Amino acid sequence: MNAFSLVPAVPDTDRYVAASSDATTQAWAIAATVTDPEVPVLTIADLGVLRKVEERDGTFVVTITPTYSGCPAMEDIAARIVGAFAAAGLRAEVDTVFRPAWSTDWITPEGRAKLVDYGIAAPHPASAGPDAGPSPLFVRPAVACPRCTSRQTTLVSEFGSTACKALYRCRRCEEPFDYFKEL
Amino acid sequence: MSTSAALFTYLLRLGDDNLVLGQQLGALLSRMPELESDIAVANVCLDHLGQARNFLTYAAEVEGAGRDEDQLAMLRDERGFRNAVLMEQPNGDFAHTMARQLFVDAYQVPLYEGLSGSVDDRLAGIAEKAAKEARYHLRHSCTWVVRLGGGTEESHRRMQVAIDAMWPFTSDLFAADEVEAALVADGLAVDPVSIRPRFDTAVNGVLAQAGLRLPEDPYQRIGGRQGLHTELLGHLLPELQALYRANPGVEW
Repeated sequence: MNAFSLVPAVPDTDRYVAASSDATTQAWAIAATVTDPEVPVLTIADLGVLRKVEERDGTFVVTITPTYSGCPAMEDIAARIVGAFAAAGLRAEVDTVFRPAWSTDWITPEGRAKLVDYGIAAPHPASAGPDAGPSPLFVRPAVACPRCTSRQTTLVSEFGSTACKALYRCRRCEEPFDYFKEL
Repeated sequence: MSTSAALFTYLLRLGDDNLVLGQQLGALLSRMPELESDIAVANVCLDHLGQARNFLTYAAEVEGAGRDEDQLAMLRDERGFRNAVLMEQPNGDFAHTMARQLFVDAYQVPLYEGLSGSVDDRLAGIAEKAAKEARYHLRHSCTWVVRLGGGTEESHRRMQVAIDAMWPFTSDLFAADEVEAALVADGLAVDPVSIRPRFDTAVNGVLAQAGLRLPEDPYQRIGGRQGLHTELLGHLLPELQALYRANPGVEW
């Protein structure tokens, strides 16, 4: 499988820079194995956090973007990337960019499926988020329970175990669950 | 005032707002009335600290004097801080924390949205990221102000007391001086006066839904942007800075 099949079909040409050589294709594949420490079933490629891999004078420069400004996982992710390259006998540096700002719309279809399997409801499109309307109080779209698929769910807290999640409870199976907030 | 000197001060203002508010919110961890609120306040705190780091790291680079984000955060004294005085107001009860947060969020949403269009690409990138976070913060604080305002007689009374207590510190958010003037014309900064209407619309809308009102007393305390703070910052900074000052250069 070509590593670039991980790239979702979203018309945003700025998101990824295609590899210019076999070496960078291989390097992308290495970077794409790094998982998120908070949601270990997802790789940084699944999340859309991995943006670019380039070779500069024998060192691979891996560009990532934070999910949130204060995301404490970024330093850990950077260390994991350097470690993954070192394990393959390669040298890597990690560069962080803010623009364009990360969106949950960048999570790949595979990533969304993995989230639900893991028990986290996948995000609605970012357009459904708090940017949606002029009034500060919005009607939220229903979130389906990742366990029983019921849409009879209740928001318990706008903020969950990490900044990227909200806490919900299913009224049918009565289980609490995390919802990956649209951003 | 040179553009780089103005930009440095402007970035300090943006960074210090978030650093001081983040420190205040951090003091609430494990003190919230329920676990969910505790987690929420921790998340909001983390966003503000992350934004503070991004702004102060950039400020240090613009200054070019060899200081880094830690030195800016930990080695400046009270008069060197450029946060608006609203940020340093005490957490008080939950209603006070939410009133302060509502005013901050209603200010930061249009501020960051405006800064996303700055001709300074670095600043625009930090702001574009922060704008998404601020919109979640605003939804959260609005929800609580409406819930408390429309709740029991006691929750309504305390929410009104909190609005009255925090309101006199809001004009400081919009007090522009020669720093903004030097940057706004070139498209680097947002003129705070220009975002005041959106702030007023958001605040008035929420207070109307919550059955609350703004105080009639027009008194406003300004001066934070020039380093003239209320007493509380002098108590907050030693707690923030003690570890670093006792162990200069320490990393954790």
